[in-house]
Amino acid sequence: MPAITTCPTAPLPPREQLENLVASILAEARAQGATATEAAVSFGSALSVTVRLGEVETLEHHRQRGLGVTVYIGQSRGSASTADWRLEAIRDTVQSACAIARHTAKDSCAGLADPDRLAKDIPDLDLYHPWPLAAEDAIALARACEAAALALDPRIRNSEGGSIATHTGLVLYGNSQGFCGGYPATHHSLSCSVIAGDEAGMQRNHWYTMARDRNDLETPVAVGQKAGQRALRRLGSRRLTTRQVPVLFAPELARGLIGHFVGAIRGGALYRKSSFLLDRLGTLVFPDVVTIRERPHWPKALGSAPFDNEGVATADRDLVAGGVLQGYVLDSYSARRLGMETTGNAGGTHNLIVEPGPLGHEALLRQLDRGLWVTELMGHGVNLVTGDYSRGASGFWVENGQIQYPVHEITIAGNLNTMFKGIVAVGSDVDVRGGIRCGSLLLERMTVAGE
Amino acid sequence: MTTDTLTLARYHLLTPAGLDENDLHRTLACLLGHAIDAGDLYFQQRRTESWSLEDRHVKNASRAIQQGAGVRAISGEKTGFAYSDELVMPALLEAATAARAIAQQGGEGQRQVWRTAPRAPLYEPLDPLDTLTAEAKVQLLEKLDAEARQQDPRVTQVMVSLAAMQDTILIAGSDGTLAGDVRPLVRVNVSVIVEQEGRREQGSSGGGGRVGYGWFLDDDRALGYAREAVRLALINLEAVPAPAGTMTVVLGPGWPGILLHEAIGHGLEGDFNRKGTSAFTGRIGERVASPLCTVVDDGTLAHRRGSLNIDDEGTPTQCTTLIERGVLKGYLQDKLNARLMNTAPTGNGRRESYAHLPLPRMTNTYMMPGEHDPAEVIASVERGLYAVNFGGGQVDITSGKFVFSASEAYLIENGRVTRPVKGATLIGNGPDVLTKVSMVGNDLQLDAGVGTCGKDGQSVPVGVGQPTLKIEALTVGGTQA
Ligand SMILES: [Zn+2]
Repeated sequence: MPAITTCPTAPLPPREQLENLVASILAEARAQGATATEAAVSFGSALSVTVRLGEVETLEHHRQRGLGVTVYIGQSRGSASTADWRLEAIRDTVQSACAIARHTAKDSCAGLADPDRLAKDIPDLDLYHPWPLAAEDAIALARACEAAALALDPRIRNSEGGSIATHTGLVLYGNSQGFCGGYPATHHSLSCSVIAGDEAGMQRNHWYTMARDRNDLETPVAVGQKAGQRALRRLGSRRLTTRQVPVLFAPELARGLIGHFVGAIRGGALYRKSSFLLDRLGTLVFPDVVTIRERPHWPKALGSAPFDNEGVATADRDLVAGGVLQGYVLDSYSARRLGMETTGNAGGTHNLIVEPGPLGHEALLRQLDRGLWVTELMGHGVNLVTGDYSRGASGFWVENGQIQYPVHEITIAGNLNTMFKGIVAVGSDVDVRGGIRCGSLLLERMTVAGE
Repeated sequence: MTTDTLTLARYHLLTPAGLDENDLHRTLACLLGHAIDAGDLYFQQRRTESWSLEDRHVKNASRAIQQGAGVRAISGEKTGFAYSDELVMPALLEAATAARAIAQQGGEGQRQVWRTAPRAPLYEPLDPLDTLTAEAKVQLLEKLDAEARQQDPRVTQVMVSLAAMQDTILIAGSDGTLAGDVRPLVRVNVSVIVEQEGRREQGSSGGGGRVGYGWFLDDDRALGYAREAVRLALINLEAVPAPAGTMTVVLGPGWPGILLHEAIGHGLEGDFNRKGTSAFTGRIGERVASPLCTVVDDGTLAHRRGSLNIDDEGTPTQCTTLIERGVLKGYLQDKLNARLMNTAPTGNGRRESYAHLPLPRMTNTYMMPGEHDPAEVIASVERGLYAVNFGGGQVDITSGKFVFSASEAYLIENGRVTRPVKGATLIGNGPDVLTKVSMVGNDLQLDAGVGTCGKDGQSVPVGVGQPTLKIEALTVGGTQA
C-alpha cells in the first residue's frame, strides 16, 4: 500500500521576521501621521484529519498569516488588517487605518495601555510543544479513536468520525511605547462523534480531549470509548412533564454558566449598562461555596498568557471570594470609561479556576436526590441584560440519587441572578479542557418545560 | 462585456498576481496527476469594513482585506485540502501537492475543457464599501442614533453598526468549471437599551442584502430599524414571565422562518443524508408535514442576503423544492455528495472562505403562502403563544431535536393577542413539527437580511421566510410552570 507522506504543519517563521514586521508597521504609521500605534502580527499552521468508518474522509493543511494595526491620531482611532506581509500591503493597511481615524470622533478614553502596566519580564509559561505529526500517524490515531467507539457495542451503528488536529502559532504584539512581545504556542486535540441506534431512533454524542502538549491528551481509545458510551446512554430518551426541580450541570456545561458570569462583568457590558450584574462589586453574587480565581501563569494551561492583547502584564487574582464579587474583567478602554484600572483582560480572562468542592459526580447525584442531570444544552436563549435564561436541554432524570432514564426535547429556564445564588454545590470533577476550569454545579431549582 | 463576473474575477484575482488560465491548467494538472478523481481551485479576495457608533458618536471602524486560494483534491469519499494566502505559482503548486496526498487509489482524473455558463446576474458586481463616502457613513449612523433616541425618553443607550463586504471569487475545476462572481453584501444593525424604574431591557433590529449602502437610504429604510429596535425594547419592559409547557403556537411571518431552517433545512443537507446521520435519512417520498406545507430553498432571489449567482463550486443556484404539500421531495447538494448519491448538485455547495472546504448549505429557505388571513389564524386559538421575533436557533441533526429562541412573544387568550411575555426558547422535533401545522397564512414574508448560519465552524449568510403559521403543539421554555 503506498504510504501517505506529507510534511507535518509548516514551520514557524523566524521571530525576527515578525519583529521586523511590527517595527515596519509602527514606523509606517508614524510616517503617515499617527500619534500612537499598536500592531499585531500572527502566523498559524495546522494539520487536521478526520477518519470515518475506518476510511480517511478529510486531510486538511492550514496555514494562516495576519497583520493588524490600530492607529490613534490624537484621540481618534482607526483599525485595519490584512493577510499580506509585503511592504506595499503594510503601507496600504496603515493608510486605511489612518483614513478611518480622520473620520471617527474624538474619544478621551481611547489610547494605548498605561505604560506602567505593560509586561516588563515575559515569563515562559511552557505553552509550546510542537507535534511533528506525519499525516499517516495522524490517520492512525484518528482511526484508533473511532474504532474504539465502534467496537463498544453493536448498537453503535454509524459515525461522524474520529478527528485529530494539531495547531502551532506565533503572535507578536507591539506598540509605539516601545513594547514588543510574543510567544509561540501549540494546542492539539483528538475527538470522536458516533451514533447509536435502536428501534426508537438515533442518538449522536461526542467526546474530545485538548492540551498544549500531546502527552497530556487522553488516549485515542479513552476518547472513542467515552464518545460511544455517551451516545449509548442517550438511547431510549423520553420527555418529561413540566415541573420545577433541582438541576445538576455537567462540568462541560457548568463552564458555560461561568462564561455567562464573565460576560456580565466584562467592561463593555458594564459601561454600556447592558449587564444584569451592574454595581455589584463587593456584594454576594454567588453563595459562599463559590470562589473563582484567575491564574494566568499556570504552566501549560490552555488559558495561560504572560500579557494581554494590549501588552498589559497579567497577574493572579480572585474574581470571586466566598461568593463576593472582587473585580471586573477590564481592558484599558473600558476601565477608563468606568474610572477604574485595567485588570489585564484585553481579549478575555486567563485561566479561571472555580475552586472545587468535596463531592464527586456520584455524591452530587445523591445530593440532587430527585431532579435533572443536564448533559447537553442547545440554543442561545441567554439574555445578559436581564439575566433571563431559557435553553433546550437533554440529560437524565434522577430519583433517590439514582439515574432513572435519559430525557430530551425539554427546556430549562430561570434567571442567572437567582441561578447563581442558588448554587448549592461545586463538584470535584473538574473539566480542564479550556480557559475556565470548573466541576459540576448543582442548582437549587429551575423550571423544566416538556410535555 | 466588461461587467461579466468571470472577466471581473479574472481581472481582480489573476491579473495582479501575474497568473493566467495556463497557470490554472498547470495547477490542476499537478493535482490530478496522482490518482485523483476530481479537484478544484478557489481564488478569493474579500474586502470588509465595519463602522460602529455608541454614546452618540462613531468612535470605531475597521477595514480588512483577505485573499488566497484553496486547493481541493477528491478521491472517492476522501478529500485532501490545502490553501495559500499567497497567489503565486510556487505556493499554488505546494498546496496542490499537499492536497493530492489524500489519494491512495482511485480513478485517473481527466481534466475537462473549460465550460462557462453565464446567466443574468442577481445582483450588481459593485464594491459596496465605496458606495458612500466616509462622511456619509458617519452621518447615517448618527441619524439612526438620533432617530432611536427621539422615539422615547426611556432610551438610555443606542449602538449602531454598519458593515459591508465584497467577495470576488474564481473557481476552476477539473470537471471544466470556470466561473467567477463578485458578491456585495451590506448590513445595518441598531441595538438599544431602555430603562424604567430600575428595569433594563434591550431591543435590536437590522437588515441588509446584496446591494450598495444606498439601499439603506431608500425610503428611509434604516430609520425603520431604529424605530423597530426601540419598539421591541419597550415591549420587553412590559413583558411578564413566559409560560412553560406544550401549547398551541402561532408564529408570525418572516424571520420566524428560522423554524424551517433548523427543523427541516439542516436535516436535508446532502452530507448528513449520504452518511445516514440525519433524522430525515431515506425518507424521500414520505409525508413529513401537513399537506398545507410546501418548503423551498431558493438561491435565485434578486439582492437577497442568502442568494448567489453561482455557489462556491461554480454551480448556478436554483430553487429546490424540499417539501411539496407535506411530502419530502429533495435534498440540498454540493458536487461531492451529489456524485456519491448519484444525483445532481443543486447549487448549494458553499464555503466560508478559501480556507474552508465546501459543504451542502442552505441559501434562502422559506414556506409558500397558504390561504388564511393571519387574523383568522390568531382568532382560532383559545390559549397559546404568538411569537413574532426570534434570536438564534440550533438543531441536533441526528435526533431531530431543534430549538429557536423567541425575543418578542405574546399570550393568546380567547382568540386575542394579550400580554407580552419574556423571551423563551421553543423546542421541538424536526421530522414531526410540520405535521402539526394546522393553518398557513396568506402573508408570506422574507426576513430583513440578517441571518448567518453556522455549520462545522463555518459561517455563511442565509435568508429565511414564511407566512403566519399555526402549530398545534410546541414546547415553550418559559419559567411559569
Ligand atoms: Zn443553520
